[in-house]
Amino acid sequence: MRNLVFPLIALVAAFLVGGVIVAVIGDDPIETYRLLIGSALSWPDGIGYTLFYATPFIFTGLAVAVGFRCGLLNIGAEGQLTIAAFATACAGISLANVSPWLAIPITCFVAVLSGAVWGMIPGVLKARFGSHEVINTIMMNFIAVGLASALTQTYFKAQGDAILETKPIAVAAHIPRLGQILPGLPARIPVNAAFFVALLVSVLVYVFLWRTKWGYEIRATGINPDAAAYGGISVRRQIVFAMTVSGGLAGMVAINEVLGYRYRYYHGFSAQYGFTGIAVALLGRNHPAGVLLAAVFFGALTRGSLFVDIFTEKVSKDLVFILQGLVILFVAAESLFRRQFERWRETERYKKHG
Amino acid sequence: MDDVLRISILFSAIRLSTPLLLAALGGLFSERSGVINIALEGLMLAGAFTSAVVTHYSASPWIGLAAGIVAGIFVALIHAIACIRFDADQVVTGTAINILMFGIPTLLSSVLFETAGSTPQIPQSNLIPNAPIVIAFALVPLVWYVLYRTPLGLRLRAAGENPEAADTAGANVAAIRYVAVLLSGALAAIGGAYLSIGQSSLFTRNMTAGRGYIALAALIFGKWRPVQTMFACLLFGFAEAASIQMQGVIPHVRVEYIQIIPYVLTMIVLAGFIGASRAPRALGRPYRK
Repeated sequence: MRNLVFPLIALVAAFLVGGVIVAVIGDDPIETYRLLIGSALSWPDGIGYTLFYATPFIFTGLAVAVGFRCGLLNIGAEGQLTIAAFATACAGISLANVSPWLAIPITCFVAVLSGAVWGMIPGVLKARFGSHEVINTIMMNFIAVGLASALTQTYFKAQGDAILETKPIAVAAHIPRLGQILPGLPARIPVNAAFFVALLVSVLVYVFLWRTKWGYEIRATGINPDAAAYGGISVRRQIVFAMTVSGGLAGMVAINEVLGYRYRYYHGFSAQYGFTGIAVALLGRNHPAGVLLAAVFFGALTRGSLFVDIFTEKVSKDLVFILQGLVILFVAAESLFRRQFERWRETERYKKHG
Repeated sequence: MDDVLRISILFSAIRLSTPLLLAALGGLFSERSGVINIALEGLMLAGAFTSAVVTHYSASPWIGLAAGIVAGIFVALIHAIACIRFDADQVVTGTAINILMFGIPTLLSSVLFETAGSTPQIPQSNLIPNAPIVIAFALVPLVWYVLYRTPLGLRLRAAGENPEAADTAGANVAAIRYVAVLLSGALAAIGGAYLSIGQSSLFTRNMTAGRGYIALAALIFGKWRPVQTMFACLLFGFAEAASIQMQGVIPHVRVEYIQIIPYVLTMIVLAGFIGASRAPRALGRPYRK
């Protein structure tokens, strides 16, 4: 319960400050928020798109959360998902004339594997040489984007295509949209089977972290590396392991993006998914259930902000970044509320007992 | 021809490393005092946007620059209060500020100018193309002197190495850290301003494009020392200059490959050659009396 209270207070505080910003700009904050939430929760378009936008956030949120549980900050989810999307598209392109029963598992495997490798490298560098994972993951974000766009232009671009994107992947590797499975949901809404993958993976991450020896060792390392080492856990191995798992989770964004939505690698497809993942993980307390809730929340914000952009006089869709930033800030500076709360409890106790 | 190419590469390397150097020197103050400053990116954006807007309205780049510095200090104050007063995780707070500063300029520019994130063109005569270069490189010996030869520098380093000892010796650790973080806001903002009203003539959406992160990498690359940090910034600047000049010079090598060289190099150097480099001992640790 207490795990819910402070994130909720942080949310309210972020919306209050966001509301002040909206008011200063000259729009009505209540109307803006009504628009934001209303358009995100309407059926079927609002909810469909909210879940579509939430899908990559679930993956990146889980990725960052697994890192955090091991005491690592993976700022590199952005690079991991970029390289994964590119690799997945390459695999999808080369799998023409293959049955979907083969093409989909292979491409999904490539997505996870390429992300995992990209995450493992900074893990190894940290474990072997002690170089900081934050710097290395940042460097690898730039390298991923550079490599993917160079290779796309040299080998995978369709002739005469003015956009920096690969050729389309084989139809066999397409995964279905939920509209093709669920009645009542139109197929034009891009939410796809990757959303179910995300739900499943959330459960798996929970089981992994709290019900297996591997997860236990990762968490022990995160809580106190010295104690973990004393208890016989190889801290170095946990660092490599956690970064690999984290990268693999981030790589799954490619399942949604490449196999379920755009059917190709498209340069600049990620609207800061990797960085939003940090916000999602923090707001969700690095717990899969919390990550799920936070991801859907940020998905709703993303969906709603598009409507705010169109239907308000002045506020643009960038409001979503401001709200995200404020949420992280207030969650991080939680002791702001905690101290007030404790002071209030203190005075209450005094009143009672004199 | 070769000489001309070489000299122009050198000059553009200096120009391109200037915003990095300013932000990195700012980060140096903050981190040497014990506060991680991953918010350099956001601080640069604040400086770049504010100085472009104010220069547009006031027609004076100096007023614009001053306003940019104020904006940088203000945003840095948020980071400082969260990290120093409320013990917030410094990396997380920095990330929050970066996301926030990605959104605020674009939101405001759509309100002020009805654009999707850019400000109006500023006439050539209202730009400051060279002053920030001089400021940046003149700061290097100055920062070195302050850091290693003044009581203030000693206290700053003590706050980042051993805050308990600094406190016992009578230094006010919190005050030192506030000053250091605000200074990083001012310097990073000058770096950002140089992008918008120096090298360019307007602010564009996400104008810094990761330069704050590169400045941070340069700082760590340079072992948190001013002179080494300057060389690291020059390396990144040189790589960027080379990748611009090489465009089309070598027909079969894509420019992206040249662009990623400094990032790969940073990773290699961090892993292998940096030797016994280590962060200030109390970096990232809140201090409570």
